[in-house]
Amino acid sequence: MTMLSIENLNVWFGSHQDRVDAVRNASFAVEEGSSFGLVGESGSGKSTILRAITGLAPNWSGTITVDGKPIAKTREKAFYKTVQMVFQDPYASLHPRHSVDQVLGETLHLHGFDDIDKRVPRLLEDVGLGPRFRFRYPHQLSGGQRQRVAIARALAPEPRMLLLDEPTSALDVSVQAEILNLLTDLRAEHGLTYVMVSHDLSVVSHMCDRLAVMKDGEIVEVLGVEALRKMQATHPYSRELLAASV
Amino acid sequence: MTLLDVQNLWVKFPSRQGVFDAVRGVSFTLGRERLGIVGESGSGKSMTGRAILRLIRPPGIVTADHIRLGDDDLMTRSEKDMRSVRGRRISMVMQDPKFSLNPVMTIGEQIIEAYRLHNSASKSDAYQKALEMLQAVSIRDSERVMRAYPHEMSGGMGQRIMIAMMLIPNPQILIADEPTSALDVSVQRQVLSIMDKLVKDRGMGLIFISHDLNLVADFCDRVLIMYSGRIVEVCQADKLHEAKHPYTRGLLNSLPRLDAPRDKLEVLQRDPAWADAASVSGAQ
Repeated sequence: MTMLSIENLNVWFGSHQDRVDAVRNASFAVEEGSSFGLVGESGSGKSTILRAITGLAPNWSGTITVDGKPIAKTREKAFYKTVQMVFQDPYASLHPRHSVDQVLGETLHLHGFDDIDKRVPRLLEDVGLGPRFRFRYPHQLSGGQRQRVAIARALAPEPRMLLLDEPTSALDVSVQAEILNLLTDLRAEHGLTYVMVSHDLSVVSHMCDRLAVMKDGEIVEVLGVEALRKMQATHPYSRELLAASV
Repeated sequence: MTLLDVQNLWVKFPSRQGVFDAVRGVSFTLGRERLGIVGESGSGKSMTGRAILRLIRPPGIVTADHIRLGDDDLMTRSEKDMRSVRGRRISMVMQDPKFSLNPVMTIGEQIIEAYRLHNSASKSDAYQKALEMLQAVSIRDSERVMRAYPHEMSGGMGQRIMIAMMLIPNPQILIADEPTSALDVSVQRQVLSIMDKLVKDRGMGLIFISHDLNLVADFCDRVLIMYSGRIVEVCQADKLHEAKHPYTRGLLNSLPRLDAPRDKLEVLQRDPAWADAASVSGAQ
């Protein structure tokens, strides 16, 4: 079953002569339980697609269908129970004056859960943090631990799809391995669907089954990971990207 | 030939919980070569680079037996003397061009200032020199760039401008602290090859600080691997993939690879003995 399908998506910023078309005519589909990657250089529009899906980029046209339901301009509460996002920089995406308990508790409360006190430790355990992290503040955590908290927050509403925007690019390689392993485990455990944005082809090829290569706001090629490993990219830009990352 | 000789370098920061040692007894030498320093964040690699230029401000404390640049010991130089070393003899390219260029001066003014500070040249000579330098870092329409402000530049352009500005006084040593981490993969290679060419042509020594092992293996001649303020291993860059220390091996194995897919990535198991072991000398 198709979890996410995007057809002729256009996203733009500004208006009239200042208008910038960040994404042009993007189309792809992601099966439920699979993992899809978006790669490209900065400014190619890969993060903008994720932002358009969650509603952080308000100017878009085309069709976005999540779990069989087309998305309207204003999203219902149920949408956020299906789709959640993890951001790039764990240093910027957590409130500095909220403890881990407040961050997760607030999210759970907003999604209408009653048994918050039971769920918070379970969420922390899911992402490999012990109960002793519950009352810490972000500045008392390392980069990897913060990203784990951000993932726990995304998991709080029990979503079925996670949008991952460069989840490890701000982290060291050793910590990156831990976070990528955690994401792999969580996908298997909860049957999640991932859409992952990264500039690192080897990270995307490790995590995803299929990927789209973007350049200047357009998807130039969609290919499977097997084809990528065999260097069977057809578009010159994807070949260039492959050559730079081997 | 040895350009720089660092012996027993320590960087300490007093804190409420006692003194924190960021760099602990590091020794190495630099010849006319490309020396890579790799390690995770917090391993002390940037602090080593800054300490050489004496850029660590109080309350930070820098001690060393000597930091010898040619015949001079930089540890004994006064702060005023250091100003003639910085830029003129050793210069440094920082990580993010957005924060290291002056936002309210045009690119031209900044490069000309860097040149005229260390050379007595007329404005028009300096302008010509700056134009040549911008062309040397592969910037087309360099005259327009001279008039532009930093916010009008992309990241890759900004970093090439930084390299131009740092090389224009013709220093003997360039310290590049993560010069390409803020850039895209495609631009990364371009900036590196420009830097490589300039460093080679001028017979300079390069200290290349990075967290990216593969990049360092490709780009440098010799690599120092740092862990918690000490050098744990020194090796030839082309033999980095045969490194022996468990920390280096762990870092290499934790990278996902295109050609060798795995279900699970290896996670680095840290051994407290690594931090306690004596620092390896990076002298040649």
